[in-house]
Amino acid sequence: MADADLVIAPVLWPLLTGIALALTRRDRARQRSFSVISVLVGLLLALVLMGRVLDGHILVFRAGDWPAPFGIVLVADRLSALMVALTYVVAIPGLWQSLQVIPPELERRSYYALFQLLLMGINGAFLTGDIFNMFVWFEVLLIASYALVPILNRGYPLQEGFKYMVFNMVASTLFVVAVAVLYGVMGTLNLADLAVRAAQMEDPRLLTVIAMLFAVVFAAKAALFPLYFWLPGGYDAAPTPLSGVFAGLLTKVGMYALIRAFSLVFPLDPDFTRRLVLVIAALTMSIGVLGAVAQVTMKRILAYHSISQIGYMAMGLGLDTPLALAGAVYFMIHHSVIKSALFFVTGATEHVTGTESLKQLGGLARPYPALAAVFLVAALSLAGIPPLSGFFGKLVLAQAGLAVGELAVVAVSIAVSFFTLFSMMKIQVGVFWGPLRHPDRPARAGAVGRLLLPAAALVLVSVGLGIGAHGALGLMQQAAAQLVDPAAYIEAVLAPGGRV
Amino acid sequence: MEYLMAGVIGLLFAVGLYHMLSRSLLRVVVGTVLMSHGSLLMLITSGALKRGAAPVLTGEAAYTDPLPQALILTAIVIGFATTALILTLALRAYQERGSDDLEALREGDHGRR
Repeated sequence: MADADLVIAPVLWPLLTGIALALTRRDRARQRSFSVISVLVGLLLALVLMGRVLDGHILVFRAGDWPAPFGIVLVADRLSALMVALTYVVAIPGLWQSLQVIPPELERRSYYALFQLLLMGINGAFLTGDIFNMFVWFEVLLIASYALVPILNRGYPLQEGFKYMVFNMVASTLFVVAVAVLYGVMGTLNLADLAVRAAQMEDPRLLTVIAMLFAVVFAAKAALFPLYFWLPGGYDAAPTPLSGVFAGLLTKVGMYALIRAFSLVFPLDPDFTRRLVLVIAALTMSIGVLGAVAQVTMKRILAYHSISQIGYMAMGLGLDTPLALAGAVYFMIHHSVIKSALFFVTGATEHVTGTESLKQLGGLARPYPALAAVFLVAALSLAGIPPLSGFFGKLVLAQAGLAVGELAVVAVSIAVSFFTLFSMMKIQVGVFWGPLRHPDRPARAGAVGRLLLPAAALVLVSVGLGIGAHGALGLMQQAAAQLVDPAAYIEAVLAPGGRV
Repeated sequence: MEYLMAGVIGLLFAVGLYHMLSRSLLRVVVGTVLMSHGSLLMLITSGALKRGAAPVLTGEAAYTDPLPQALILTAIVIGFATTALILTLALRAYQERGSDDLEALREGDHGRR
């Protein structure tokens, strides 16, 4: 396989699997084995792709061999390859838990096919080199998520589903508007070409206006303050394995788009844009964690926490130094891994006891010590206890913040960490410690091991990221270096390799 | 011509927003459709409205920019898909709750949980 084909493989492969799965809807055993094989092959493809770009190569796929500003391009640099690999690191455990807990009627309604299409949209958004195609991939993943969550899933609260859909449709409309204005002003939609023309613009004020339009769109997808309100209800009501995948990946797509757009196309001018991003980051962190403190079910606490953690990534973007960007990328990977792990533990708890409400649970550590242990380690990692991955993510961001003298946002991030620890301990104490208490339900203790496997594996990844923080951060710094200096990206995309 | 388009786009957004603020499910859906049409018109206006030859380069100066038209086709297809999905959800809400009112959605959800 040629290098360029490797770039489109993570998009085509889930599509082919999705079609195969849609055609074999009635055969449950085949659906399951196809899905598992597909994600494993997908991970392999992602790792091969990562192997090719780690040395600094930028791979470009030109659709129809058209040269870059005219044709559609898919681009893989270090950051996008990392994110594609991350998709599978989260998707494999999510699929594994889905196999155990998804009710058969949802399986018959093409759950696995839609799951693959969701992966296709996510991978496409990570790899695209063109802002209109980013819109298209966003829509692919959103349509898959609309179908997976509110439409096929009969138990889903209709109001949350309607809110989620209408909110995202309005955000998509705004996306088209932003694309229209951008095209009207710049005359191109290719990210690399945009970067060249943006650098030549004499009056960058108009560009700042467009940048803010895109910032609103991507912030809505990433659930940044004040556009986060669709997230808690939406995640809470989804089947738990899906909540894990959504929390791990959907908000990251928005965050990735923000990082990509602001490092490549729109200049972050220190007086306005950077300050704004930092203020939004601080507000997102605080509001999310305060929301979490007030909740009384595991999934809702975790969902509000996702918002708060997105704030840390925005902080890395707002600080806008190579170290801070490396920290933001590290934090994205850390958070995807650990937040999905927490959701998968919740899924296991829910499957065994039938509920995830703190009021109805207690003392689960005694019958299920492994469950409590995995949750504890994941919670400590989220709160940022060394030597787990959360600690290094926050440490790097704090260092980067101190280096440029942004003391306020660093202080907020440290304060938010304490609240994070507090609300994670609230789950730990309420669900796992104290006197044994859970609703009467035929014990499904035998399943706990299998259900816990995905979460345990992800926790191990987090421990690995923490212990190998030096190497991992080195990798992130290399990825950030490509973001800070996009010359190689631009050159690779616009290289006259194609047919004219 | 651009001024006319600007007016129409503004009107579509205003009417769409007005409908979205209503309590009826169907009106909200109609609102999203109108707004997405507004954004599509905006996209086609972004390529500058020219009366020119077909978008095939023959060496003449005046030709219509073909790219916005390609973009709009894509956006229309996506708009169809999302509209169909949200109509499905609205229909199901109507079947389950027997009402087209957003408040009924919320009350029904409370009963369920």
